[in-house]
Amino acid sequence: MSRDYSKILTANDLRLGDVVYWAADQRWARAITDAVIFTESATAEAALATAFAQSDLVVGPYLVDAIPTETGPAPAHFREAFRMRGPSNYPHGKQEQAQG
Amino acid sequence: MYRYSEFDENFLRARNAQFRAQVARRLSGELTEDEFKPLRLMNGLYLQLHAYMLRVAIPYGTLNSAQMRALARVARQWDKGYGHFTTRQNIQFNWPKLEDVPDILDALAEVGLHAIQTSGNTVRNVTADHFAGAAADEIADPRPVAELIRQWSTDHPEFQFLPRKFKIAVTGSPNDRAVTAAHDIGLRIVARAGEIGYQVLVGGGLGRTPMIGKVLVDFLPEADLLPYIEAIVAVYNLIGRRDNKYKARIKITLHETGLDEIKRLVEDEFISRRAAFKGVDQRLLAEIRGHFAPPEFITGGDSAPTLSPALRAFMDSNVTDHRHPDYAIVTVSMKSHGATPGDATAAQMEVLADLAETYGHDELRISHEQNVILPHIPRAALPDLYQRLKAAGLATANIGKISDIIACPGMDYCALATARSIPIAQEIATHFHDIGLEEEIGALKIKISGCINACGHHHVGHIGILGLDRAGVENYQITLGGDHSEAAAIGARAGPGFSADALIPALERLLRAYLALRAHSGERFIDTYRRLGAAPFKAALYPEEGAHHAAA
Repeated sequence: MSRDYSKILTANDLRLGDVVYWAADQRWARAITDAVIFTESATAEAALATAFAQSDLVVGPYLVDAIPTETGPAPAHFREAFRMRGPSNYPHGKQEQAQG
Repeated sequence: MYRYSEFDENFLRARNAQFRAQVARRLSGELTEDEFKPLRLMNGLYLQLHAYMLRVAIPYGTLNSAQMRALARVARQWDKGYGHFTTRQNIQFNWPKLEDVPDILDALAEVGLHAIQTSGNTVRNVTADHFAGAAADEIADPRPVAELIRQWSTDHPEFQFLPRKFKIAVTGSPNDRAVTAAHDIGLRIVARAGEIGYQVLVGGGLGRTPMIGKVLVDFLPEADLLPYIEAIVAVYNLIGRRDNKYKARIKITLHETGLDEIKRLVEDEFISRRAAFKGVDQRLLAEIRGHFAPPEFITGGDSAPTLSPALRAFMDSNVTDHRHPDYAIVTVSMKSHGATPGDATAAQMEVLADLAETYGHDELRISHEQNVILPHIPRAALPDLYQRLKAAGLATANIGKISDIIACPGMDYCALATARSIPIAQEIATHFHDIGLEEEIGALKIKISGCINACGHHHVGHIGILGLDRAGVENYQITLGGDHSEAAAIGARAGPGFSADALIPALERLLRAYLALRAHSGERFIDTYRRLGAAPFKAALYPEEGAHHAAA
């Protein structure tokens, strides 16, 4: 099992609701490419516990599958792809921030 | 329409101040999310995929121009310039910041709007026929009673922690435009020997276990209505299941307990509840009724103005007979081809407010079908009104047709969704418009939900589409034969789902089969389906299966 373990930690920002990712510098980043990939469940669960303790910064943290790529983690499921990008009917959300 | 009393205004002001303090404590870290979540949900604030979402109630779908302008202001000042009208006559703002929500609620309170009980296990926004007070086929305006129920249920101490959410809808017309049979309680105004009463349906609902409501009482006198509703909710509050979220709605309570036993329990409860009311509800109802006196309709004018072909087409699809012969009801489509069903920009809301003020006795309605209604338009004003709608891009003549689709926000916004709904609705609308089949197909209800919770009412669509996650890919199941009207019916699943790419070709096969099968051009899809059954439609959806059977 641990051979295939590849997860990132994500949540929503308390103030904005924006999607955030737990990064290598122990802070919440806005881009999935900055997310740290956990390859062992013990470290991932420890990070999740830390995130729950940061309820003054983020809401609803959870671990989710991600695929390592050369440019950083990529979503394994389409739900996470939408969270990473924004809605498909308007250029809002992260895709808007990327353009701006 | 109802105007807030001083009591209402003070209540809302106090409630908003309370929530402002709760938000401040959350932002300062004094409240954890576990503590704050039930408080924000009581005030209509959700956290969705990309941002917070504020759901504002539009009681029984009625707005005046000042309220519509306030919604436009919220969209422009605190959101991304638009709002989304929902299938429960609410409006949702998809991008508010937490710290701005108290200001938004204060701005809404100035015009008598709020977000209380638009979430949580409470009695939700009471919905009604969007043609209420205007429809030619109406027995009585359902809104006074809807307002009475709103006042009774708002902050009702006994019913703030029900087993699950509770939805009530009222229609005053035998043509049910409020989907009353798909509500926890559906009320239908009926007349018997000159007396107005209520047929009470209970236990309807869509979601993962769709059920059509059952008649609990055929004719309930008006004076008994509120204590009777209270008895139903009280019985449900006590015996509704709290051990399993998916079995907690009253439809399951009814299914497991049986209609006769529920009726016995309610009627027992009713005796003591009825005694406690002492007529105060009836005095209140009489007072509320005064607020809903019809506007002073102006008789005369050119009730048959000259019509251009474009206006004639608009009249055919978007204009409905009014109770007054010199007036008409105009439905403004919020579904121009390719648009997101139910979305309105701040500018569009302002145009609609202006038009209501100029031509329509200052009244607007939001339909559960996610359109905006101008309920009282003098027929003589229709040419001018049409020109102004056209100039604002609001004159799409597609009401009741294939592109007039109900769609929930789906996975573009909703944290519960399993697939997207909006792009499917956009593709269907543009595809059938582009290939020129929309007019030929005629009356058709397509309803799309992005998960089994069925906010998009797919079960009661003539064609229902349900978006699911099948092994990490969006997949769409089709149901056929649903009906949202007084002849309410749950559609039947046609067969295996389709990928997003395969869905539109499948729908085209289905609808071309309908066009070939219908007895005459006036036979609607649903009528042909009822006449012939599912088999020829399934064959059109799954031609390879037919070939397989033929080969075998």
